[in-house]
Amino acid sequence: MTVHVLVAALVTATTGATPLLLAALGETVAERAGVLNLGVEGMMLMGAVSAFIVTTETGSDILGLLAAMLAAAGIAAIFGVLTLTLAANQVATGLAATIFGTGLSALLGARFVGKSVVPLPRLHLPVLSDIPVLGQLFLQQDGMVYLALAITAGLAWAMAKTRAGMILRAVGESDTAAHALGHNVIGVRYAAVLFGGAMAGLGGAYLSLASTPMWIEGLTAGRGWIALALVVFGAWRPWRVLAGAYLFGGINVLQLYLQGAGFVAVPTQVLAMIPYLATIVVLMAMSSGGARRLQAPSCLGKPFRPAN
Amino acid sequence: MENPMGLISRRGLVAGAAAAAVMARPGVRLVGGAKAATTLKVAWVYTGPVADMGYTFEHDEGRQAVQAHFGDAVQTHYVENVAEGPDCERVLRQLVESGDTMVFSTSFGFMNSVIRVARQFPDMKFEQATGYKTATNVAEYNLRFYQGRWVCGVVAGMLSKSGIAGYVAAYPIPEVIMGINAFTLAARSVNPAFRVKVIWINNWVDPGKEADAAKSLVDQGADILTDHMDSSAVMQTAEQRGILGFGQSADRSKIAPHAQLTAITDNWAPYYVKRVQAALDGSWTSGSVWLGMKEGMVKMAPYGPGMTPAAKAAADKAQAGIIDGSVQPFAGPIADQSGTVRVPAGTIMSDAEVLKMDWMVQGT
Repeated sequence: MTVHVLVAALVTATTGATPLLLAALGETVAERAGVLNLGVEGMMLMGAVSAFIVTTETGSDILGLLAAMLAAAGIAAIFGVLTLTLAANQVATGLAATIFGTGLSALLGARFVGKSVVPLPRLHLPVLSDIPVLGQLFLQQDGMVYLALAITAGLAWAMAKTRAGMILRAVGESDTAAHALGHNVIGVRYAAVLFGGAMAGLGGAYLSLASTPMWIEGLTAGRGWIALALVVFGAWRPWRVLAGAYLFGGINVLQLYLQGAGFVAVPTQVLAMIPYLATIVVLMAMSSGGARRLQAPSCLGKPFRPAN
Repeated sequence: MENPMGLISRRGLVAGAAAAAVMARPGVRLVGGAKAATTLKVAWVYTGPVADMGYTFEHDEGRQAVQAHFGDAVQTHYVENVAEGPDCERVLRQLVESGDTMVFSTSFGFMNSVIRVARQFPDMKFEQATGYKTATNVAEYNLRFYQGRWVCGVVAGMLSKSGIAGYVAAYPIPEVIMGINAFTLAARSVNPAFRVKVIWINNWVDPGKEADAAKSLVDQGADILTDHMDSSAVMQTAEQRGILGFGQSADRSKIAPHAQLTAITDNWAPYYVKRVQAALDGSWTSGSVWLGMKEGMVKMAPYGPGMTPAAKAAADKAQAGIIDGSVQPFAGPIADQSGTVRVPAGTIMSDAEVLKMDWMVQGT
C-alpha cells in the first residue's frame, strides 16, 4: 500500500514537473542569449488554448501541439519585434506579453470552456511497462514526458559542445564582442526568443492536453512564473533546471499527499512559497561570490543597438 | 453555440493580486431596447466571465430571466470580469452615471465597495450577493448551498465502499467549511465511521493542482470525490479513474457522464424577478435573505447512472426533509475534529453561527 501510494505520488509529480520543465528550458535558451522574457505565463496560456482548440476541432494531438508552438511563438515574435528591433524595455514588454496572452487566450477559449479531449496517449510496452514500480515509473508516461527529458539532454549538449551553442552564449555574455566577431546578435536573439516561445507553448499544451484535458481561463495558474524562477534556480543550465522542475513539481505533489493523509504540520501556504524561497536562496548563494561561474548571462535584459 | 457544462464559480476571494490585475478587463455590454423614460435600468456586476458555465453563468441566467419576464419595462445589462477592490467602485459609479437605478453585485469581495458607493447615492438600490453588511439602500442575499452538500453527503455515505470521500477545497472560509461540514455530517448520519479527506488548494482556479489533489485522494483510498473549486478538474479525474463524485455550482454530467451522481446547481431567477418587481412597484426595501431548496433556488441536477435505487430514494428523502424542515444539517450534537462538542444535542446552529463557521467537524 505504501509503495503503491509512493509510486502514484511520483507519477503525479512527473506530470506536474513536465510543463514547468518545458517552459523553463525555453526561457533558459532565451536568457542565455541575453533576453529576459517575462511573458512565459502569457505564452503558456496561448499554447494551452491553441492546443486545446485545434485538438478539439481536428482530433489530432500532433496538430494541437504544433498550433501551441506557433501561437506561443507568435507572442514571442511580437515581444521580439518590440525588444530586439525597437529596443524596448524587456521587463515592461514581457509583463505586457503576459497580460496580453492571458486576455487573448481567454477570448479565444471562451467557446471551449467545459469541453474535454482525450488525454495524450501513454506509453505501454508489453510486459516491460507492467513491471511493478520501475515499469510504472519509467515506462508508462505520455510522450511529452520523454520529449522533455530528451530536449534537456539535447540542449545541455548543444549549449556546451556545439558551435551554435557557443555563439548563443557569446551573444548573451558580450553582445558587442559577438557583434565584432561578425555574429548576427539580433538574429540569434530572435531565434532564441522564438524557441523560448515555442517551448512555453508546449508546456501550456501539456496542461490542456495531458495533465488536465480541458480549457479554462487562467489554466496555467502561475506556472509561467515558477518556470521563470526555475531558470534562475537552475543557474541557466538545462540539467539543473530539470532537477529544479522535478523538485518543485515533487514538493507540490508531496504536500497534496500529506494533506490527504491528514498531516498538516507545515501550512500549505508555506509549501507553495518554496519554489520562490529556494530561488532567492540560490540567487544569494550566487551573488555571494562563491559560485561566480553560475552567474547570470552578463547581457541579460540589456537592449543591443548595433553601431553599424 | 452549444451549452457546455461545468466550470467556475468564483466568489469570495480573488485568486491573488496578480490574477486580479490580469483579470481586470471589464467590458460593459448593453442588452435590451433603447432607453425609454419609464424603463427601469438594472445592472449586474460579475467577478467572472458569463461564459464560465458555473457561478457567474447562473447569475446571468437569472438576469436573462428578468429581461424575459418584464420585457420592455426593464433594461438589463451586465459588466463581467470586474476585479474585487477599487476597480469595482469605479464600475459602480460608472453604472450610476449611465442611468442605472438598481444594481446586483454578485461577489463577496464587492461588498465594501457597494456599501461605500451606496452611501453617496441614496436613491440607488443595491443588492449584494454573499455578504453580511446591509444599508437602507443595500439588500443582501445568499443561497444555502450547504443544503445541497447535505444531500450529496447522504448519497456518499450510502455508495462509498471504502467509507472515505475526497474533498478538494479552495480556501478555508466559512462558506467552504460549512459545505464540508454539512457533507461530512450527512455521510456520517448514514455511516458513522465515514471519513472525509480534505485538501486545500488556496486558489479558486488551478486545474492542474485540483487534478493532482484528486489523484492523491484516490490513491489514498477515497472512492468518491467532490470539490469546492471553480473548474471541473476534480470531476474529470473521477471520470478518468472510474470512480464517483458530485459536481458543484453547475451540472458537470457532460465532463463526467459516468462519474457524476448529482450536482448542486443555483437558480437565482426567482429572487431577481421578485426584487425587480418590488423596485417597479415602489415596494422595494432593504433586507437580508438566505434562500435555499425550499424556495427552489438550490437544486440537485438529474441523477447519474451511478445512483442505486436506494441512493435515489435517500437523496429524494433528504431533499424533502430539507424543504419541509424536518432535516436540519447543523442540528446537535456536533463535535469538532478534536472531539469537543461544539453544538450540544437538542440545539440547532443559528444562521449567524453557521455563517461564521471556522471549525471542522469530526470525521474530516
